[in-house]
Amino acid sequence: MSARPAARRLGAKLLLAGVLVFFTVVLAFPFFWMLIASFKQNIDLYTVENNPFKFNLPPTLEHVRFLFTQTRFVRWLGNTALVGVIVTAITLLVALPAAYSLARLTGRWGERLGIAIFLTYLIPPTLLFIPLSRVVGLLGLQDSIFSLVLVYPSMTIPFSIWLLMGFFKSIPRELEDAAMVDGLTRFGAFLRMVVPISVSGILTVVIFSFTLVTQEFVYALTFISPEANQMIGVGVPIFLVRGDVYYWGSLMAACLIASLPIGIVYNLFLDRFIAGFTVGSVK
Amino acid sequence: MAVVETRNLTKIFKAGELGAVNDVSLVTEEGEFLVFLGPSGSGKTTLLRMIAGLETPSSGEILIGGRVVNDLSPRERRIAMVFQSYALYPHLTVYKNIAFPLKAQGVPKAEHRPKVEWAAGLLGIGRLLDRKPRELSGGERQRVALARAIVREPAVFLLDEPLSNLDAKLRASAREELERFHESVRTTTIYVTHDQVEAMAMGDRIVVMNFGEVRQIGTPAEVYDEPADTFVATFLGSPPMNLVEKDDLIVGFRPEHFFPVTVLAGRAAVPEHLLPHDREGPYVPLGLRVTHEEYLGAERVVYGLIEGGPFQGKKVISRMPSTLVAHYAPDTVHAFAVTERQLKFYDRATGRRTATRLAPGAWR
Amino acid sequence: MKRQGASGQSPLLGIAMFAPAVLYIVLLIGVPFALAVLYAFSDARIGSTSFHLVGLENFRSILQSPSFRKALRNSIVFTLCAQAIVIVCSNILSIALEKPFRGRGFVRFLILLPWVAPVSLGTIGWKWILDSIYSVITWVLVTLHLFKPFNTPMWLGEPHLAMASVILVHCWRLIPFSTVIMLAGRSAISKEIPEAAAIDGAGFWRTTFQINLPMMTPILSVAVLFGIIFTFTDMTVVYILTAGGPYDSTQTLPSLAFATGIAGSDLAAGAAISLFLVPVLVLVAYGMLRLARRAEVV
Repeated sequence: MSARPAARRLGAKLLLAGVLVFFTVVLAFPFFWMLIASFKQNIDLYTVENNPFKFNLPPTLEHVRFLFTQTRFVRWLGNTALVGVIVTAITLLVALPAAYSLARLTGRWGERLGIAIFLTYLIPPTLLFIPLSRVVGLLGLQDSIFSLVLVYPSMTIPFSIWLLMGFFKSIPRELEDAAMVDGLTRFGAFLRMVVPISVSGILTVVIFSFTLVTQEFVYALTFISPEANQMIGVGVPIFLVRGDVYYWGSLMAACLIASLPIGIVYNLFLDRFIAGFTVGSVK
Repeated sequence: MAVVETRNLTKIFKAGELGAVNDVSLVTEEGEFLVFLGPSGSGKTTLLRMIAGLETPSSGEILIGGRVVNDLSPRERRIAMVFQSYALYPHLTVYKNIAFPLKAQGVPKAEHRPKVEWAAGLLGIGRLLDRKPRELSGGERQRVALARAIVREPAVFLLDEPLSNLDAKLRASAREELERFHESVRTTTIYVTHDQVEAMAMGDRIVVMNFGEVRQIGTPAEVYDEPADTFVATFLGSPPMNLVEKDDLIVGFRPEHFFPVTVLAGRAAVPEHLLPHDREGPYVPLGLRVTHEEYLGAERVVYGLIEGGPFQGKKVISRMPSTLVAHYAPDTVHAFAVTERQLKFYDRATGRRTATRLAPGAWR
Repeated sequence: MKRQGASGQSPLLGIAMFAPAVLYIVLLIGVPFALAVLYAFSDARIGSTSFHLVGLENFRSILQSPSFRKALRNSIVFTLCAQAIVIVCSNILSIALEKPFRGRGFVRFLILLPWVAPVSLGTIGWKWILDSIYSVITWVLVTLHLFKPFNTPMWLGEPHLAMASVILVHCWRLIPFSTVIMLAGRSAISKEIPEAAAIDGAGFWRTTFQINLPMMTPILSVAVLFGIIFTFTDMTVVYILTAGGPYDSTQTLPSLAFATGIAGSDLAAGAAISLFLVPVLVLVAYGMLRLARRAEVV
């Protein structure tokens, strides 16, 4: 009787490991592939018979050098960073007070408005981009990164409000009541008491806004044409192609360099976002 | 119905650290209600879970009905368990909850309804069969959990602190129901709790545990009246037993055996109803300087320090029925005493009960 | 709505703190949405300021266009196929990731990469992997003698393969997202429930299908609803991977809307096409509201 459960447990463990290995390989493979392709010499890359998994010729930094010196890669990174910072600032300025007032001050209406705001998050850019392109043109922001600075907060604010609402609700009211008894106004209590202890929620909003800016594609593609003003998410796929020729080596290097840091940071905060998504459904 | 036995059962979670359960050997009696009692971290729940098959022992054997069950999965051990949170399946109706074990063990569908109705009838929840768990009160949920446990007619019941999630008022009636339930089905039951009142009220025998070890196994009277060590002595009984040290002995006496000699000026010494059977036998006088008293309705508890003699200044507690009308003002000194027969002696180094006794003369 | 706050100014302050957000949302979501509807009934074009209402003309012409019908069908097929695959895979993967093991954090990081990396960049990676000539998959298949060197599949060039490739990339992106949500859902199930099931006699499969999955229905629904949105309204994957080709076989509603409205300068037709997203969005919103309400009842 004692061999069976042990054997069963071993079989289960192997199956588990197999599942994990399979998915990890399938999901992470493209990035591993980017890594290899970034450093392979062109001759190696474009010879069909060569084993693609190893370096048949010694690795090279040519693609990376090309990327940084002969393309606007660095400029795109700069644009994206600038837009990211400004949009994050706007998001915080607008979402923090709104989330607080929804969580604290407006009672049952707060609940309904909160859900309504969350639902606006479901209206996708691919529905709004056409009229917005006209609006952007009318405002004279066509081809400027400030068109994105204007529009991106409409994507970050709803979810940030939802996230922060949940966060503020978990802070006991007594804290602000005590502060107000001590002499602060409600707004003062908000600024001096609630905001400082909400650092973790604020950080989550910052990361979320920033990653959304770096990931966005449709608006950036629609509003901005000139290469120099483009964001990283659009610049890389669209402008690293000369004519119909794909510079795959540099392309892969660009993808890798642009994905990994964002990926690492987002990964660290993922649990909070998931909490934000599911806060209504998991009690 | 079966007997549960453990032999040298040990469970170590982290190598190199003290085990959660250390070398526990015990045998239940058929049909008894056995309580595992101890503070949190004492290993009682781990011990229960090993018997259930939810934890694998590091060493030792578990036997149910004479068979070694170490390698059997929980479903093969013919046990039923009621969890602290009752673990009712929230998406199933009460009927389906109770029927689930039958379904899982392949009982033919035709037999489900009669068995479920029998179990529900036993617990008086027949009218709740179509409800979902979230619509039930705490007491009703306990009954559903019990019905689900009994429907398979298991050999052993295991209960893991099922009353601790109920509020105080409900706890008393739920406890009474459990006792009545046990009376009617008489299945061997192991019940885990940290509440010594529950243990005393419900248990046929109590296994007192601390730090993964069994300190004493006995009937409520045995563990209360003759505690095997200072841990058992202080864990059972509230307020706890008074313990004072002298040389290499610890002397213990329970608050209810520590009584006032005179009550009020002019009243008789040693009121009769305080010494039911201890009227014979010498008693040891001790002075008490009162620090404060508590009037609890049915009884009076007096806190103070011993005044005079070798135990000067030691903190002690006395407890007497409130039918004895008296008042103990702070900082007054009164004459108290303990019947010599009720003194228990413990070895100071090990805490274990010792036969050595202090001569009555040593008290002066 | 007068509330007794410690300071008497509560309602006004609340509205003031809330107003900028409302303004933003109304101006940059509400108004454009209304405009999209308006454009759909007009003859707006890029580069021209003329604007006349033309009734249902746009709708009539796009409903007759075969590209539109293909795009509509593709949107639905891609979304449903991707979701089905994602649900199964993320369930399996979340079971595998549930119990802690050494290196689990690192494995989780690797598994999450498709979701956390920008959509366009991950998709380009796949474009290289699925290249007609240089595909690594092709190389492996040729080496295993399953294909002859000059008769290899055109992953992105042959209509059915291209459709499969688009679905594959969507699944690749969504599985990490769904898995993480499922993990959250699993961890919310009290550990005593599967233990009770084990004692009741349920084996692994019965516990999974009759206990765990039904209990996870709310969170599964969240994952599915979001997954539907992400696939149905996405244009990036199609645009980069296949640009809608070959021969419109991978065109979806959003990518067609872009191709028509921006690349083709016909704002009105583009707007009309994109409006066909709305019914699905409304259904999803309804689903979310039902979930939220049920959670409150519990």
